[in-house]
This record gives sequence, C-alpha cells and structure tokens, in this order.
Amino acid sequence: MTTLLTVKNLSFARTSRDNWWQKKKVFQLGPINFDINAGETLAVIGDNGSGKTTLANLLVGVQPPTSGQILLNGQRLRQRNLKQRSLNIRMIFQHSQESLNPAVTVGTILDEPLKLNTDLDTKSRQDKIYSTLRQVGLLREHAYFYRHMLSDGQRQRVALARALILNPQIIVADEPFAALDPSVRSQMVNLFMQLQKDLGLSYVFISHNLGIVRHISDRVIVLQNGNIIESGKTDVVFNWPKSDYMKKLIASHQSFVESKLLED
Amino acid sequence: MPLLDIKNLTLEIETANGWVKALDKINLSMEANEVRALVGESGSGKSLVVKSIVGAINEGWQLTADRMNWRGQDLLGLNQSKRRNVVKDEIAVIFQNPVSSLDPTASLGEQLEETIPDFLIGRGWFWQRRQRRKQLVTRQLQKVGIKNHDLCLKSFPHQIPDDICQKFMIAMALVSEPKLLIADDPTRGMETTTKGQILKLLARLNQTKGLSILFVSHDLLAISSMAQTMTVLYCGQTVEAGRLKKLRKRPLHPYTKALLDSAPSFSKDLLPKSDLSALPGTIPTLQHLPTGCRLGPRCPRAQKECVKIPSMRRIHEHHYSCHFPLHRPIR
Repeated sequence: MTTLLTVKNLSFARTSRDNWWQKKKVFQLGPINFDINAGETLAVIGDNGSGKTTLANLLVGVQPPTSGQILLNGQRLRQRNLKQRSLNIRMIFQHSQESLNPAVTVGTILDEPLKLNTDLDTKSRQDKIYSTLRQVGLLREHAYFYRHMLSDGQRQRVALARALILNPQIIVADEPFAALDPSVRSQMVNLFMQLQKDLGLSYVFISHNLGIVRHISDRVIVLQNGNIIESGKTDVVFNWPKSDYMKKLIASHQSFVESKLLED
Repeated sequence: MPLLDIKNLTLEIETANGWVKALDKINLSMEANEVRALVGESGSGKSLVVKSIVGAINEGWQLTADRMNWRGQDLLGLNQSKRRNVVKDEIAVIFQNPVSSLDPTASLGEQLEETIPDFLIGRGWFWQRRQRRKQLVTRQLQKVGIKNHDLCLKSFPHQIPDDICQKFMIAMALVSEPKLLIADDPTRGMETTTKGQILKLLARLNQTKGLSILFVSHDLLAISSMAQTMTVLYCGQTVEAGRLKKLRKRPLHPYTKALLDSAPSFSKDLLPKSDLSALPGTIPTLQHLPTGCRLGPRCPRAQKECVKIPSMRRIHEHHYSCHFPLHRPIR
C-alpha cells in the first residue's frame, strides 16, 4: 500500500480569553504524526474539545497550523496553494442541513467547486454534476432542487456529492452520520463503503459512534486534550486497548451492547 | 392497574391536502416501575405522542382516543385545569435539546427554584422559606450528580456544557417527585461516556425510587441498556411492542428488524466493512403518506394486501401489526 498522506509534527495552538482581565486560555493540539494509505479509512475518536474538529480543519486548510507539515503523496501542502489542496482533500461537515446554501439550487452548490478549481466549460461541468449526483444515488432532477426540498438522507448525499465532485483522494468527514436516522444511516454507511471500493478513496472519519467506527475503519487514532494517546489497527485498539481513556470508553460501550446497566 | 393506558390514540392535523392522521391508532401502556422505550425515526411521531400525553398539542389539532387513562382516571374527560394539575404533579418531561428548552434569560438557579412546588417548602417566614428552597435545590443537584453546584446555579444555560445541562433538566423534572418521567431523546448527540452517566442516573432513579420512565429515542444502544419493554413507531403507527429481550432476539416486523440491523454493534459476526442491511428510501412526509401499512413502499416483504391497514396481532405479550410477519414464510 502506498502512503497517501503523511502528517509530521503537526501542531496548533490557540490562545483566547473571554475578557481582558482573565488569564489566557491555551489550547494546544499536537504535535501529531500519522499516515494514511490509499483506500484506507482512518477514524478519529475523542471527547468534545479534544481537538478532533481542529484536526479536520488543519487537514483541509481552514486553519493554518502553527508548526509541522502535511505531505500529500510526498509533496508538501502549502497554505497558499489552495488548488492543490482542494482538488485532493475534501470535507463533509457535521450538519449537512446548515452547510448547504439555502438560497441556491443543488446544481449551483455543486457547480461552485468546479468553477473555482477546474477549467471545464459549462457543458462538461453540467455532465459532471449529473454523473456525480447519480454516483451518490440521487437523480439528475435533484440538481434543480433547493435544500429545503430534500430529506435528511438526501442532504447528506448532496454533501457527499460536493465532496466527490472534484475526484479527491481523501475525504475528511466530520461526524457525517450523527444527525441521521438509523435506517438512513445504514444506507449512507453502505454508500461510503461502496464509493471507497469503487474509487479507492481514503477517509478521515471523525465520530462518536463506536459501533460504526469499528465497522468501517481500518485504523483508529484516539485524541485526548489535543494529543494522540493511542493509535493502531481498529481491531487491536478495540480488543486490547492500552490507555485508560480507551478502556473506559470501550467498557461503557460494551455495557450498552450487553445491556448490563440495570444489573450492576 | 396500569399507570398509563392509551388505546387507539389518533391525532389529526390539518394540512393543505386536508386532514392527515399524524398519529394513527397508537397503543401504549405502562406499568408502574417500568422503563419503556418508544422507538422511532424522526418524523415517526414520537414527540407527538409525548405532547398528547401531557396535553401540549396545538389548537386545531384533533385528538381522539378510545382510552387514555392515567392511573384509572380518564385524561381526555378532565377539564383543562384539572388535567394540568395531574400533569404538573405526576408527570415530568425532559425535552429534546436541553440548552434550547431552558430559559436563556434566567440563571439556572432561578429556573430550578421556580419549579419547586409550594408544599415542599412549607410555611414560615420568607427567610426560612428561602433557606428551605436553597437546601432543596442543592440536594436536587447532588442527586443527579452535578458537583459544582454554586457555579452551576449562577450560570446561564449557554455557559455550561451540554451534558450538565441535561442532568440539570433531569433535576428540574424530578423536583416535584413525579410518578412518570418522559425523557424525549435525552442522549442525542452525546459521547459514549456522558451517555453512560445519564443512563446510569436514570436507571438508578428507576430502581431506587420506583420511577417509571418512558424513554423516547432512536438510539438503540441506549435503549437496550435501559429499557425492559419497547414500542416501535413508524410514521405514526405502532409497529411492534413487547419485551425488549424478545424483540431483540426475534423481531416479527420487518421494520424492527431493519432498525436492529442498523446498529452494527449488535451483530457480532458481522465482518468489518461488509454491507449493512438497510431499507431503501426514507420516511415519508406527512403530505405524502401511503395508504394502509405505511411501511409498504419501503418494505422488502410487501404484497398486495399491504394497502390495507394490518390489525394488531398478539403472541403472548408480543404485539405486532403486519400482514406478513417474519416468522411466517411468504407464499
């Protein structure tokens, strides 16, 4: 397997204070090191405020890292070089509802990344939009729909289509299934895995849901207070957790599954 | 005598296409000291059931039921103020999304003090009453396991984390010592550890105080760790009801099976990255409800007869409504 993305000593620090007299609060993420191979799913788990979303933002370049570097196919990603990054790393946001523009049609939403990042003419852009919509299980007609006309699952599909439309190599998904209903969620999980099989995509998958993480990921990294406290193959981490945090997490997950809560 | 007994609850809502049955013949009964889960996807009418129980439905909606009894007393026959008293004293609700259902303009302490009923404070001078009230508030917070009470009471809803807010809502609901707690999706969007804490708290309350809990959610993991019985709703129809263990072991309705399959943690022999079984399509909107069994268009076992509403059938304590349940082969 070839290494697609390498993250070396990536760190990010943010200082903030609510008012002028208060002491400065420092949030330090990293230094973080990991690799992603082509066609692999890397899951990121951790508490709220452990830096999962910040890590995603650093990968897609929403925020510049304080130090360290990200290498894509051995090539360093520059903060300025947006085209290189946005053609290869795309993101799906937590709330598909809010991340789609309510004022324009789905077609326009999907057209924007093509306009900004490619030199295609109108006709071929249109074809690309239609084929991508079909890829995620929607119809051509959905290009003329607005956000409010779609159901939750369809919105999530549009969000996925927007990520896919530039044929990226990596998709960073920040809690993509959190707001979905169980039966729709299974559909989306299947779609994610189907696309991975067909297109050889890699995912960076951020989630709370341990059941789904265990099901779809190849490797896991566990974040706590901005540091990686555990990483490894999914079944190794889940069956033989090393850190206390992960042990606790898995124990509580197991207690749900085996419904032991009432007995003890 | 069951604590709450609802039979054929129907709620009609007027839309542009005429009257629509948002809830269609829902049956639900709860014994004292029982934890019952009410499961369904969003749009299945879970919250409407909750609203109908507490009587918080909009004007102009039509609510009919063959029976809607609270400890033997007919709720629908009561007048407004009496019903309100019953609900106020004996039923408590934790709403979805704790942060937005608290008052953003008042501190948490004020809000909690406001919910304390007068008989708990008793008589006395105003300073004595104030002292009693403070004591009650702290004791209540201790019960639900909020450690930093003073800070919590002084802060506003947006200043404290979600899970504390949720615990606070539970504290608020329990002040008046209700018989039934209705928890409407109390663990939505929570992490595994916090979810565990909230569920343990509810389970403990059920065991120590004999509190009955109607646990409304679509998180099957949380439900299976808490509940003894389960009622599954789909699109405003009761699909299946019975003991949770039996339902999990042998679901009879295709929808219940699909729901259980959607949680990969339940099936141990599932290969990683294999396809999960899922129903096609999504839950229909109120304007486009199919006739008959509302699962019909999405159901893998649907036949011609499914355009008629299936009647409720029963095997021991296991109720289901399906023409072609899973234990019978299709002809």
